[in-house]
Parts: sequence; C-alpha cells; structure tokens
Amino acid sequence: MVEFSLLSIMTFLPLAGALIILMIRGDEGTVARNSKYMALYTSLFTLAFAVYMVIKFNPNFVGFQFVEHSGWLYGVGVNYHMGVDGISVLFILLSAFLTPICILASWSSIKTRVKEFMVAFLVLETFMIGTFCALDAILFYVFFEGVLIPMFLIIGVWGGVRRVYASYKFFLFTLLGSVLMLVAMLTLYAQAGTTDIPSLMMNPIAPDLQKWLWIAFFASFAVKMPMWPVHTWLPDAHVEAPTAGSVILAGVLLKMGGYGFLRFSLPLFPDATAFFADFVFWLSVIAIIYTSLVALVQTDMKKLIAYSSVAHMGYVTLGIFTATVEGIEGAIYQMISHGLISGALFLCVGVVYDRLHTREIARYGGIVKNMPKYATVFMIFMLGSVGLPGTSGFVGEFLVLLAAFKVDTLIAVLAASGLVLGATYMLVLYRKVVFGPTEHSDAASMSDLNKREFFLLVPLAALVIYFGFYPKAITSIIEPSVQNLVAQYEQNLSRPLEPGLPDINNKGYLP
Amino acid sequence: MILNLIPLLPEIFLCICAMGLLIVGVSFGNESTKVVSWFSALAVFITLVIVLLTPSGNNVLSLNGFFKLDVYASIFKAIILIGAIFSIALSVRYLILQGIARFEYPILILLSVVGMMIMVSANNLLSLYVGLELQSLALYVLAAFNRNSLRSSEAGVKYFVLGALSSGLLLFGISLVYGFTGSIDFAVLDKSLWAAESVNFGVIFGLVFILSGLAFKVSAVPFHMWTPDVYQGAPASVTAFFAMVPKVAAIGLLMRLLFEPFGALMEQWEQIVYFLSAASMIVGAFAALAQENIKRMLAYSSIGNMGYALMGVVAGNEYGVAAVILYIFIYMMMTAGVFAVVLTMRRHEHQLEKISDLSGLSKNSPWLAYCMAILMFSLAGIPPFAGFFGKLSVFAATVDAGYYFLAILGVLTSVIGAFYYLRIIKVMFFDEAEDSYDPVFPMARKVVLTISILFVVCFALKPGIIYVITETAAESLF
Repeated sequence: MVEFSLLSIMTFLPLAGALIILMIRGDEGTVARNSKYMALYTSLFTLAFAVYMVIKFNPNFVGFQFVEHSGWLYGVGVNYHMGVDGISVLFILLSAFLTPICILASWSSIKTRVKEFMVAFLVLETFMIGTFCALDAILFYVFFEGVLIPMFLIIGVWGGVRRVYASYKFFLFTLLGSVLMLVAMLTLYAQAGTTDIPSLMMNPIAPDLQKWLWIAFFASFAVKMPMWPVHTWLPDAHVEAPTAGSVILAGVLLKMGGYGFLRFSLPLFPDATAFFADFVFWLSVIAIIYTSLVALVQTDMKKLIAYSSVAHMGYVTLGIFTATVEGIEGAIYQMISHGLISGALFLCVGVVYDRLHTREIARYGGIVKNMPKYATVFMIFMLGSVGLPGTSGFVGEFLVLLAAFKVDTLIAVLAASGLVLGATYMLVLYRKVVFGPTEHSDAASMSDLNKREFFLLVPLAALVIYFGFYPKAITSIIEPSVQNLVAQYEQNLSRPLEPGLPDINNKGYLP
Repeated sequence: MILNLIPLLPEIFLCICAMGLLIVGVSFGNESTKVVSWFSALAVFITLVIVLLTPSGNNVLSLNGFFKLDVYASIFKAIILIGAIFSIALSVRYLILQGIARFEYPILILLSVVGMMIMVSANNLLSLYVGLELQSLALYVLAAFNRNSLRSSEAGVKYFVLGALSSGLLLFGISLVYGFTGSIDFAVLDKSLWAAESVNFGVIFGLVFILSGLAFKVSAVPFHMWTPDVYQGAPASVTAFFAMVPKVAAIGLLMRLLFEPFGALMEQWEQIVYFLSAASMIVGAFAALAQENIKRMLAYSSIGNMGYALMGVVAGNEYGVAAVILYIFIYMMMTAGVFAVVLTMRRHEHQLEKISDLSGLSKNSPWLAYCMAILMFSLAGIPPFAGFFGKLSVFAATVDAGYYFLAILGVLTSVIGAFYYLRIIKVMFFDEAEDSYDPVFPMARKVVLTISILFVVCFALKPGIIYVITETAAESLF
C-alpha cells in the first residue's frame, strides 16, 4: 500500500507538517521551539521516504516508476500524474536531504518569526519535491511556480539589508521567464490535446513550431539555472537570503532549470535543441569564463560563491546540450554534486557570518588557528568546488568536458579554461579567509564549529568524497534513463515529421 | 400567449422582498438598518435557492420573448447572488461605524441585483436596457451614499453623468440596430444577421455603440475613466459591491449579446473586444503601479482583470466562455476576501485607505496578513491558488483559438501586475509595524474572509465540479 501513493505522501507530508506548525499555540519561546522540532521531524520523515524510494527504485527499468494517475482539472484534460525515472529520482533525494540540513542550519540563526520560517520552508519542500515528481506539464508548472511564494518570503522577511530589492528581483525575473513557458505549454496543449509529458513525448511537433516553443521553455529554465546574461538576480538573492535560503536556492532551486531542460526541451523539441545547441554552448562558455572572472574580484563571500554557481551551471547546460550520454550524465552528476558542495559552502559562510555578522572577505583572515575543524571542512568543499579529483565536483566536470570535446573542440577548450579560473578564485577565497595573517582580533577569537554545525557539515563532506571516489553510486541509477533519453532524442531527431518535408538529421540541420 | 411567470420567479420574489423591506425601513427608520440588512441577505439567499431549483435546462422564454431562462443565465444569477450576499454581509458593521447606516442601503443593493438578474436573462434589446438601467440607477445612488462626504458625492455625480452618457450611446446603438434590421428580439436578430448576404454597415455601427456602452459598465479601457474615482470616493463597502457584482452581470450580458444575436458578426466584434482586452490589461497593469490608495489600486486591478476576462470572449468559442465564467467567479471570490481585509483597516476610529497603512500587519494581526498575502498571490496568478487556474483557463482558450499575441501580452502584463500585488505583501511583511488596528472584526466579515480563503486555497484540490458547471453554462449559450 505504501508504494501506491509514495510520491504523493512524500510531496505532501511537509505541507501537512506546515499545517500542524500553523496550529501551534503558546508563548513565543515554546512556539519557536516546538515548530523547529516539528519541522525537523517532518523533514526527516520525508527524507526517510525519499531514501526508501531510492532503495525501491529499479534503475534498469527506463520508464516511469511509482506512477500515480488520477483526474484533476476535468474541463481542461489535465491530470494529476506523478512518477519518477532515473533523471528525477536523485533530485528528489537531494531536496529531501538538504531540507533538514537547512532547518538545522537556521536553528539558532533565525530568531524572529521562527514559526513562519519553518512553515515557509516545509511548503517550499513540498513544491520542490512536487516539481521533480510531476509528469504533467501544468502540474509541473504549478509546483515550479509555487516555489516562488515561500522563497520570496524567505528572502524578503528574513533576509539582509537589501532584501526587498533582492526578493522582488528574484520573483519577477523568474516569473517573467515562467509565464512564457506557460504560454508554450498551452500551445502544446492546443496542438496535442494533452499536457501529459509521456504522451507529449510520443507526439511529433513541427520543427518551426518547435523552435518557438523551445525558446519559451528556454526563457524559463535559463532564468532559473541561471544562465548568462539572465543570471543577475542570483547574486542579489544569494547575498540577501538567510543561510538556509541560500543553501536551498543553490542546492535545489537552480537544478529545476537543468531538470526542466532534460524533461522538456530535449525529449519534446529535439530538432530545436539541435538547432539551438551551438547557441547554448556559447552562452555556457561565456557564463563559465565571464562569471569566473567576476567571481575573482568579489569582496563578499556569498557573492563570490553565487557567481561560482553560475559558472558551474554553465557546465551543466553545456553537458545537457551535447545530447550525449556522457554529457547528460555529467550534467546530472554536476548538478547533484553542486547541490551538495555549494550548499555546504553557503553553510560554511553562514558559520562565520553567525559569529562576526559580516560577509566581507577582508574582515577575516588567519582563522585556521582558532578554527581548525572549520578550516578542514571548508577545505574539502573548496576543493570539491574546484573540481579536484577525488571529490564529486571532478566527476561531473570531467564527463561534461569529455562530451564537449567530442562535439566541439573549441568550446571544450574554452570551458576547460574555466576550471583554472575556478581554482583561482576559490583558492584565493580560501587563502584570504582561512590562512593569511591575523588582522582582526574579533576574527581571531571566533570559536570553532559547535556540535550542531559539525554534524551538519560532516555528512555533506562525506558524500562529496564518497561520490568522488565511487561515481557508480550515482551513475548506476541515472545511466539507463539517460541512455534511453539520448536514444529517444536521436530517434526523434531523424523522425520524418510530415510527408513532403525532408528528413531532418543531426548533420544536415546544424548550421 | 399564456403568461408564464415561473422563470421569473426569483426576480419577482426579490422585488417583493425589496418592497416589503422598504416598507419596514420606512416604518421603523434608520434604527432598522441592521434588521433590514440581514433580512435582505436572507432574501437574496432564498432567491439563490429558488434560482437553483428553477428548472433551466430547456431554454424557457417568458414575457413574449423578452426574458429567457437557460443554464447560462442561472449560473450567472447564482454568481451575482452569492456576490450580493457577501457584499451585504461585509457592509453592515462598516455602515454603522461610518455613521451612514441608513435602511435604503440594502434595499438599493437588492434592486440593483434584480436589474442584474434581468440583464443576464435578457433576450431582447429592450429588456437588456431596462435591466441595465435598473441596476445602474441603484448603483448611482449607492456611490453617493455617504452624502456628507464630498468625495462620495463627487463619485456619485461622476458615475451618474458618465453612466448616463454611456446609456445614451447604448440606446443609440440599439436604435441603429433596430433601424437596420427591423427587430429587437435576439432570436430574430440572430436569424436575420446570419441570413444576410453581406455585412450590413449600419448594424455594425450600432453594435459599436452598444459595445461602447457595455464596455463602460465592465470598465474596459478606454471607457474606464470613472472606475478609479468612483472606487476611491464611494464608501468602502460600496466599492466592495462594485468590484464584485455589477461586472459579473455586465460580462454575462456582454457575452450573451455577442454570441446570441451578433454571433454572425463575430469577425467584426472580435477586433473591438481584442482591443478592449489588450488595452485594459496594459492600462490596468501600469496604472496600478503608481497608486498609493488601496481602493484606487484595486480599481486598476479590476480594470486589468476585466481585460483578462475579455480575452476569453475574444477566443470566441465555448471554451472561451467557460473560461470567462470561471475567471469572473474566481475573481469575485478573491475580491470578497480582499475587501473583508480592506474594511478592517481602521485605526483610531478612522477608516484607512493608504497602502502604507497596511505596514507591519503581519506583526499586529498575523492571520489577517496571511490571508491578504494568499489573496494577493492568488490575484497575481501564482499557483497553486485559485487565481492561477482562472488565468490558466482564459490563456488556454486564447491560445487554443490562435491568439498568441494576446496571450503573450496577457502573461507579460500579469508579471507587471505581480509587482503591485507583491508590494502589498512587502508592506505587510517586510516593513516596520505601526499601531495595530481597532479590534473590530465582526463575525460576518470573518465568515466571508474564511470562505474566500478556503475557496482560493482549496480550489486546486477539487476543481472538477466548477469546471463542469462553467462548461454546462457555456454550452447552453451555443
């Protein structure tokens, strides 16, 4: 019976927890404490369900699993259709894994309106998991957009000085991209008469229309990713968001863009994807190099990591649009690993921010002496971000570059140069913050990681190293689905669309 | 011809109630306002029951074809009556606190509701006009109800002068149509227009005038000028009524008129409605950005929302009509909740209207702020709230009919719209708290707000039944 509606339980369990938290009454301290525990337990239960799902998941079956299907919007023919495959299953686990970490990370740093914060976070978790489970375009959109509401409040209510500006920018940028996607979804619906993703995949779309639809979907996912030049909301949002908000933003929300490309753009619009692939490659390369250079000159730690996120996402888009098994696997690997690493880096910033209340790099220095544990953990994540072999960051970037070399050498060379830049800014950051002379006495007197912080960061560090040495843990789950995706893609690419039109194959169609 | 009055039963009942309550009011004076109000609400509720019980499946005509009862009309009547109950429930305490509790208020609402019910059932250009004028005259008086307030009187006069002008345009259009076709009956018009070999220029001329008159009633751009002033000047409870109910009736009438007698001229009127829709969305979105007064902002928001509703009309098919009905119903439910909050904005015995007066509401009365935030997200069309599904339906109908440009314009203006709705949330949640409001929150208002919120939040759970209803209503029009 559990299998029957596992995904719905997992999706709506956090929402139920949020409702219970809303009902908590009493004086402020009690409410805060109870809602924290309630949120933690709810998210841990959700995590347990997610782990159970991954264990039960059969990687060799390429179709959708744990499928749920029931009528929803009868008039419009939109159904409540949920299911997971190898592409989405790990994102769900990632969301469920990062949420309790975020709740723990805000245990003492969120002091006002604790109850509301926990409610917002659990609602956010519902929408995140729902996004990755949804198998109907409109249902996907509902979850995908719904994310904006709690995130807007998290940034706006608990954020830093310029929180209003940042939350508006975040909300309106993403909304603008998404509404165009909505029109495209409705066009698909008008064409095919369904919004069911698996049925849509069976339905060929005329190449001219594909291009328009691809652009509309791209508008949404590129903003969410974010890709250069629509990335500007991200540094602002990251800087102003509270630590937990940054972690979830970098860890999960950015991945929704990449997931969207894999779920919609590649399978539904293969011809347009092939047509626009070069365009995306160049945007990705610009993102990798340009934002790395921008990251080099940042004086704010969070901003630096935010720009590095944009660069890392550049590898993801590059990998996805090579449309090869290695490229897509690398992209997914990179997304998972980036979710862990950048999430952890924001936690690391949060640790020192809680003590000194500044994110200025120059205000720190030489803290390795008083915070050795912190320095060690921070180093693991820093090296992971650089992409050192033996960390999870390496595998993803390696696979992506491998695929890129096959497709276009110049692009690959340029992208690879980004690795060097990445190493530069991360090492500079690490040196300035952790090593170097002790210039500020308050920085030198900070206490080392407490128990809660330690147990937050250690599992992340362990996973980063584990996935670095044993990539099969991830690839074995995603590989069959990715192979299927690529096979479908190539088959659809050469599919004759209408009699009278010439066959469109990869070589002939690329400019 | 036997006079079949069964289809008219709800209207007759409501009329008699209004007259009876008028006598009660005159006998007992203004002290009876509260009683008269609650009995009016009860009368509206009973009328609602009668509407739902009257069989409407087989398009009954009455009064020599002046009046038509079909599923479409019944659904619109039900929506209008629900809105009327909400408005009366919201207004009682407000009128008392403002010192304008006079017994005419609920009676005027009842009379205007009778007018609206005739509007959506009209099957003849004359009954259309009679219904429209009955509701308008009652509304003019309501707008000026706070006669000691300069603004309210100004609103009333402005509304009256412009409304009379638009009625004149409408009547002129009707006379042109009559002159060129020789009939005022919808069925005859329909037949003769389909039968005509070429499009008659005079009829189109008349139709343009009729549309202008109706565009005034739905406050579509460029006939929207009265809306912000009247919304701002009229007492807040009247504004609530204006925002919720008359537009439902006007849209209902507009759609019946366009699809039934003038269905043959779809190619012509689609251009006009296309422009009205696009212009309303744009003006509604941009003008609302600059507003400091929440009633004025809601006025522009309603202009924009009418633009979205008209998109469904442009689609010109059953899906479009069903989408419009759904949209307007959801909009009404949301507006009821919004005004329940706006009416509660009182500090030191003064009604507040500025957006900045909401600041820090999340500290002082968190539940009120949550409710308002949900309503604002819903108005902005963010899923999973009901407002999203309303927008989804009209966009789907528009895209389905091939009007891509209008759909894209619609989504872009909805992003701009999101900006000013977010501003309210920002003021409530991000800004520093001011003094809390006077602790006046009557039960009736609480109930209205709760119903509104439950509807907005739970719509996504079980939307099926409402879709079925709107589709049945739309089918009966075709």
